[in-house]
Amino acid sequence: MKHELTRFNARRMAALIRKESVQIMRDPSTLLIAFVLPILLLFIFGFGISLDANTIRVGLVVQDSGPQAASLANAYRNSPYLEVVEAPAVAPIKARVVADDLRAMIVIPPDFSRAMDRGRPVPVQVATDGSQPNTANFAAAYAEGIYGSWAEQQGIAPPGAQASLNTRFWYNPELKSRFFLVPGSIAIVMTMIGTLLTALVVAREWERGTLEAMMATPIGMGEFIASKLIPYFLLGIGSMALCTVLGIIVFGVPLRGSVFALLAISSAFLLPALGLGLFISAATKNQFVAAQMALLSGFLPSFLLSGFIFEISSMPAPIQAVTYIVPARYLIPSLQTVFVTGDVWGLFLPNIGMMLLFGAIFFLLAFRATKRSLD
Amino acid sequence: MSDTTTPVASATGVIKRFGDVLALDGVDIAILPGQVTGLVGPDAAGKTTLIRILAGLMSAESGELSVMGGAPGDDLEQLGYMPQRFGLYEDLSVIQNLTLYAELRGLPASERQETFDRLLAFTDLARFTDRPAGKLSGGMKQKLGLACALVRTPRLLLLDEPGVGVDPISRRELWAMVQELTGEGIGVLWSTAYLDEAEKCDSVFLLNDGKLLWHGPPADLTSRMDGRVFAARSEGDRRKLLTTLLQREDVLDATIQGSTIRVLAKEGKPEAQGATLAPVPPRLEDGFMEVLGGGPDGHSALAESYRSFPLDGQPAIEARSLTKRYGEFTAAHDISFIAKPGQIFGLLGPNGAGKSTTFKMLCGLATPSAGDCAVAGHNLKHSGPAARQSLGYMAQKFSLYGDLSVQQNLDFFAGAYGLRGRDAREAIGKAVEIFELGERLKVNAGQLPLGFKQRLALACAVLHEPPVLFLDEPTSGVDPVMRREFWVHINGLVARGVTVLVTTHFMEEAEYCDDILLIYRSEQIATGSPDDLKRQAAQLTGLDDPTMEDAFIALIEASEVDTLNPRQAA
Amino acid sequence: MARIWAMTVKEFWALVRDPKARMALFMPPLIQLFVFSFAATLEVRNVDIGLLDMSHGSYSTEFTTQLAGSPNFREIKRLQSPAELERAIEQQEVIAAIVIEQDFDRRMAAGQKAEIGVVLDGRRSNASQIVSSYIMRIAAGIGASASSTPPETVRVTNLFNPNLEYVWFNLPSLIAMIGAVSGLALASMTVAREREVGSFDQLMVSPLQVHEILIGKMLPPLGISIINGFAYLLAAVFIFGVPFEGSLFLFFLSLVLYNLALIGVGMFVSALSHTQQQAFLGSFLATVPIVMLSGFSSPVENMPEWLQVLNHANPAQYFLPVCQGLFLKAMPAADVFDWMWPVALIAVVTLTTSAWLFRARME
Repeated sequence: MKHELTRFNARRMAALIRKESVQIMRDPSTLLIAFVLPILLLFIFGFGISLDANTIRVGLVVQDSGPQAASLANAYRNSPYLEVVEAPAVAPIKARVVADDLRAMIVIPPDFSRAMDRGRPVPVQVATDGSQPNTANFAAAYAEGIYGSWAEQQGIAPPGAQASLNTRFWYNPELKSRFFLVPGSIAIVMTMIGTLLTALVVAREWERGTLEAMMATPIGMGEFIASKLIPYFLLGIGSMALCTVLGIIVFGVPLRGSVFALLAISSAFLLPALGLGLFISAATKNQFVAAQMALLSGFLPSFLLSGFIFEISSMPAPIQAVTYIVPARYLIPSLQTVFVTGDVWGLFLPNIGMMLLFGAIFFLLAFRATKRSLD
Repeated sequence: MSDTTTPVASATGVIKRFGDVLALDGVDIAILPGQVTGLVGPDAAGKTTLIRILAGLMSAESGELSVMGGAPGDDLEQLGYMPQRFGLYEDLSVIQNLTLYAELRGLPASERQETFDRLLAFTDLARFTDRPAGKLSGGMKQKLGLACALVRTPRLLLLDEPGVGVDPISRRELWAMVQELTGEGIGVLWSTAYLDEAEKCDSVFLLNDGKLLWHGPPADLTSRMDGRVFAARSEGDRRKLLTTLLQREDVLDATIQGSTIRVLAKEGKPEAQGATLAPVPPRLEDGFMEVLGGGPDGHSALAESYRSFPLDGQPAIEARSLTKRYGEFTAAHDISFIAKPGQIFGLLGPNGAGKSTTFKMLCGLATPSAGDCAVAGHNLKHSGPAARQSLGYMAQKFSLYGDLSVQQNLDFFAGAYGLRGRDAREAIGKAVEIFELGERLKVNAGQLPLGFKQRLALACAVLHEPPVLFLDEPTSGVDPVMRREFWVHINGLVARGVTVLVTTHFMEEAEYCDDILLIYRSEQIATGSPDDLKRQAAQLTGLDDPTMEDAFIALIEASEVDTLNPRQAA
Repeated sequence: MARIWAMTVKEFWALVRDPKARMALFMPPLIQLFVFSFAATLEVRNVDIGLLDMSHGSYSTEFTTQLAGSPNFREIKRLQSPAELERAIEQQEVIAAIVIEQDFDRRMAAGQKAEIGVVLDGRRSNASQIVSSYIMRIAAGIGASASSTPPETVRVTNLFNPNLEYVWFNLPSLIAMIGAVSGLALASMTVAREREVGSFDQLMVSPLQVHEILIGKMLPPLGISIINGFAYLLAAVFIFGVPFEGSLFLFFLSLVLYNLALIGVGMFVSALSHTQQQAFLGSFLATVPIVMLSGFSSPVENMPEWLQVLNHANPAQYFLPVCQGLFLKAMPAADVFDWMWPVALIAVVTLTTSAWLFRARME
């Protein structure tokens, strides 16, 4: 029993791997997690979530009949960023903001044109729906921006020195949020396969008693772990490839880096993911608990604490500290880079190193927990 | 060449604890080559723990162990092990399972074809090589599990309850297979809760509550009972006779066996009580009962406080041409019978024969495709809830709510059967008193000792004092004393006019029935009292005193000859 | 009634006493409260930005000082060359880099228009946009002190949440999320658990009728979801200081409707699954779209048309605005009704479908 890890026989390994592959092909829930879930996630992230500011529905109240007011109102109406709903008075518009139908209201005050003529403009009132701060920010920025360009066209830009920004967004000039959501969802998918699926299948062997029969044969536990590792590693890579192809074809995300780099990064991540899954299953030996644990320690951190959607730098310090032990934290920037930027090995290598380190730690834990014993 | 006196595996003074529970308390065992050694005892006696220790899957706290000359787990190449749940991969086909174990055990490729052919012929699975293991019947799973354990002929074969959930026919086939192996010098350990199975072993180790009660060849134990076992027969009610006999000081144990009562005397011959006593050969169970200190006293507090039902001749359960089709497949065809009030009615048949489908239609779990049925005069079709209100149900596996306390379980079943307020409190109070649950009211039902689980299950089923009771293998795996205790209650209830429907694989339970319906391949193939069936079997086979199991097998084989198609899988 | 009550009590105990179910009971609400209220913010703070200042004049220095003073930025990295800038962005050392050309101070001093170049990391396009708006605000103030104050042209006020506190958005939304995560999951496990434990047949041969079983199984998760909802309400108001302006009665009513709809989905999953495993995966598969397409992560109107149509079946997208509305906007009953009637419809459909399915799969 001391030589568990060194006991190795290629024939036994091959048999175990073959068995595992047959099971994968026959088990609907495995296929569900490996192929249906990735596609569902990809579509939700690709289509359902868009952090780009699209058209925002706003209310417009023009209280002035002068020419400038009409011209500004037209500028708002014609802006591609706004969908304008008009009303003669503030009250009905505000009611629609309350009803969550409009995101902001723009009020051009009664003496707007006259004041403009006098050269002392009165401000346009913009009231956003603060209950959705993100959209509120966008609405305010649009209202200001449209006013700015209107003023410039009218030649009434304020005089004096003025610094303006010339912004350029590298790698993603059109600011498509898909460019980071699609690589991010690949990270989630690999976590689901590596951690959740692996935890489930191994816990299932404990639960159904098949492992008991296995343990009474000459196989080494090292062989057993390897036989789980290899098929699910390949499944993870396969799923990643599926998402990549879909991401490129359906969502138009570029793959600017090399396929080799993509494989290297994904492989490095799958090690800690699989290690964690194996560890959870060996520690819990129960499918239900394993699934819960996998969700809590795999899915949620990969989703919330990896920088996928929420900026790590904005989190409070203790939570930031926790993110360092989330392997996905090292995966997300690498994946985003290999898709959108290209091969930046200076960024990849340290991240790959960290993922391999966590992989080693989780595997050590998994080996220690997987004993040839029912005690 | 093989030495038949040196044990292939042995253990002395094995102690194993799980938390506070002493699972094995100084147990000894020796498995000799070329023999079937029986490890016998009720559920939770410690059988599985001992087998796992011998297989090297658990470590003993103390005790000396020697397995094929080394420590357990050292020589896995020569060990064949079949855990209770087979260890088969259900999504893999028969041949894929075999191949997997062949590779794991390092069977040389050159020998594979020959070995597989031999094993498949041996297990009669050759026709099903491509069928997923999960789709096999219980008996076939056991055979495949055995084949997997045998891909390389081991020196030691450990079988953990291979007879559980398997009908008598498959059980007999399995036994024959194992017998054949011992001819090759393999040492076999066969664990079982059935004493009739154990009786056929070369030597047995009786385990109860983690302690070794007795060991030796079964004949040694039974011979102690020579001249003390009798079949009592009387003109009157056999259940009344049973009660009288059980209450006698000189009677150690008594059980119903068809129309007779098997009586175990403390010594010599007990007083006849107006019945005729004929001596019969003792069985292992008789010896076990003596080791355990005898049976219960025949008195049922439950029955005494139960309401009486008139024996007015109205059928308590009636099935009229019950038929159930699932698509093309007919699961039950044209089943008709009547169970009279105050009767125990048995529903028997091999796995997958249509017995459970019939059972489900009778309690309203399945709607018949044709025909109908009534329970206590309520037609299941129109008045399902009323019919269900008048039946109590107890399942084979403990199926109350394990995470709920005893009290919460009782409360729930009282409520589910519409008892409320004072009625509920009184019924629960009575049940607690009768079944002595008082000290365990706050314990989770799942953590009760097996005997108390049994009592709680019965308590929940009879809280509303139904006129009809449905029992599904109610006492499998329970030790003989508890089993007798249970049947004392049932007999008492029957005397009050309660009707009991039993489905079982377990021939002992069949002996308690007044009437039996045997179902095979969706058809009813025989009806009658246990004695009727035995008589039919005697005619068919020429055996002079067939057991219930003989009768079961003979009747099924006879019906097989009648039908032209060869026997298919379950 | 006695039977429904017995069933409800039993289900309640089953939820509370089963250690596995207990985990599903308490862990998600706690973790969600903890993580979402602290970690899940779309604000961008404490980011590092790079600065390539080739002007070194008073205006550029003023700009730099203001950048350094902003709470949104943690470190201003001094960059020496465009090559270094490229590397810093590429390796994500900084999310944005500011380029101040040589003639910046000269042009500012001359009262001309001067440009500040900003390069942002498009990989994180959302955070980058927000960073760019921070920089824009600071840039707009440059030189303001030097010339006369420009007249105010657009006055922005934020209704209901004047300081755009993110927590004021997050916590009300969490009430919608928690129902989807815990209520649905709890309901989905109920039947499968009985099937697995073997008590299902025991239940079916009792005189309990299908609707009694379903109602009994529904009420405990519903009760727990309502408790969760109000616990979150209290936490939001008393711990996080989110104002609750609307009617508690309307809140309660909407909460019940919403959770009934979710529990209907859960029961549907439950009726379909044979094992707890399948129930677990099924509820996960249902929860992800419900949560992700609720409008919490990104506005519903940003979704493509076809997805918005599908999303009509998502109860969370109706309840979310109601929750936010009742907290911050004192949403009137008529508006609440307008949002909630589809939820009631969903509840009726899911509950009746699962009852039907339950009956159909009984055999």
